[in-house]
Amino acid sequence: MIPASFDYVRADSVDAALAALAEHGDEAKLLAGGHSLLPLMKLRLAAPSVLVDVGRLDDLRYINDAGDHIAIGALTRHRDLEISTMLAADAPLLAHAAGHVGDPQVRHRGTIGGSLAHADPASDLPAVILAMGGTLVATGPNGSREIAASDFFTGFLESALAPDELLTEVRVPKLDTQGWSFQKFNRRAQDWAIVGVATVRANGSTGVALVNMGSTPLLASAVMDAVKSGANAADAAAFANEGTEAQSDINASSEYREHLARVLVRRSLEESGLA
Amino acid sequence: MQITVTVNGEQQSGDVEPRTLLVHFLRDELGLTGTNVGCDTSSCGACTIHVEGQSAKSCTMLAAQIDGLSVTTIEGLADGDTLHPMQRCFQENHGLQCGYCTPGMVMAAVSLLDENPNPSETDVRIGLEGNLCRCTGYHNIVKSVLACAAESHGASK
Ligand SMILES: Cc1cc2nc3c(=O)[nH]c(=O)nc-3n(C[C@H](O)[C@H](O)[C@H](O)COP(=O)(O)OP(=O)(O)OC[C@H]3O[C@@H](n4cnc5c(N)ncnc54)[C@H](O)[C@@H]3O)c2cc1C
Ligand code: FES
Ligand code: FES
Repeated sequence: MIPASFDYVRADSVDAALAALAEHGDEAKLLAGGHSLLPLMKLRLAAPSVLVDVGRLDDLRYINDAGDHIAIGALTRHRDLEISTMLAADAPLLAHAAGHVGDPQVRHRGTIGGSLAHADPASDLPAVILAMGGTLVATGPNGSREIAASDFFTGFLESALAPDELLTEVRVPKLDTQGWSFQKFNRRAQDWAIVGVATVRANGSTGVALVNMGSTPLLASAVMDAVKSGANAADAAAFANEGTEAQSDINASSEYREHLARVLVRRSLEESGLA
Repeated sequence: MQITVTVNGEQQSGDVEPRTLLVHFLRDELGLTGTNVGCDTSSCGACTIHVEGQSAKSCTMLAAQIDGLSVTTIEGLADGDTLHPMQRCFQENHGLQCGYCTPGMVMAAVSLLDENPNPSETDVRIGLEGNLCRCTGYHNIVKSVLACAAESHGASK
């Protein structure tokens, strides 16, 4: 399978990438690690006429201590997240989940920015960033703006990014983590989650987000509210499906996904230390 | 477009279409047919090579993406007639049956030991999860990788 023809532009700076996007408009697509986009292009489900390769923007490949948060460059690869001692100390949920994305080959190429911008409800890192209350930084022709993770995922494979914007940074708060858990249920090695749950308990509150339970990565708000009002793990997990719209596909029926969500939310809350 | 790549230590140039997949560049342009295509959908790992020393699936990369970088394929592991230790360990431990997955398995295994020189059996099984063996010879593949790890460990002592 070979993608449809396109023109290839390698950007050697953020400005060059933005200029290429401005020049080619809707026809252009950014290429980071290529591990979501190229499979789609090979199946001809995507056929951009220009690819703007930002994969070499090493300026955007960093994990920095920024005081109250950790700043992660959009081109930081899953493998970098997996082995980061800073993340292991201050954002262990993210380091752990990154180590469960696909397989080592995928983690060597795929980037956190690509993972978030792709906005796939089945992906792991969007749910993690949601649960942690992260912030995304988008850079466009008129400068940079911050987007709360909870405002970022707008539809199936759709995000709040404008076509002329580049996701440049991901910020995760440095949490005084009391407990965390990442539950990824899949039947084959190396696969996406059939359902997944990311939980972090820190600074007196609990964030819970769901993988593959709707057209976007979702915050389990009803579960979070229940925990806030003192519910135990089992009682809070009963709310796991509120606001979800699980799909049926070859891996699972929607009913089975809903069952999994309840079970995995309970496990996740328990593993993160909630009674 | 013109690309220049260091493949197995030698500089190679080629004229490729932007859409040319890396695996096709290696096989069809450079004649390095050791790298196999299995699934063509980034699932099986048969096409695993190293980009800048790290394992990657060459069916899910464009040749254009590696312009100016260095790539190692299975052909680049041996030193003349002397097999790379991982190749020899596969041979000695019967780590292959039909051999189709083997180039990818060996490349993935070399990258795995670079990152984790002293893996447990579980580490090896999980570390090779991106590589499928249709002959299901996993037991001896894992044995081969563990033997190679033990050997290099012994050697470094
Ligand atoms: C075999 C396989 C298994 C996988 N398993 C998992 C899994 O278990 N869990 C999981 O979460 N993911 C999985 N993935 C997906 C993987 O994590 C991808 O790397 C990731 O989703 C996309 O990152 P990328 O850098 O490869 O992005 P690309 O494929 O390059 O880009 C994806 C999309 O994001 C856009 N984009 C990329 N970077 C930016 C940016 N900086 N600003 C704006 N837009 C941008 C692109 O234009 C494109 O539309 C798997 C992939 C494969 C091939
Ligand atoms: S051919 Fe590349 S992963 Fe199967
Ligand atoms: S040895 Fe035949 S596919 Fe692995």
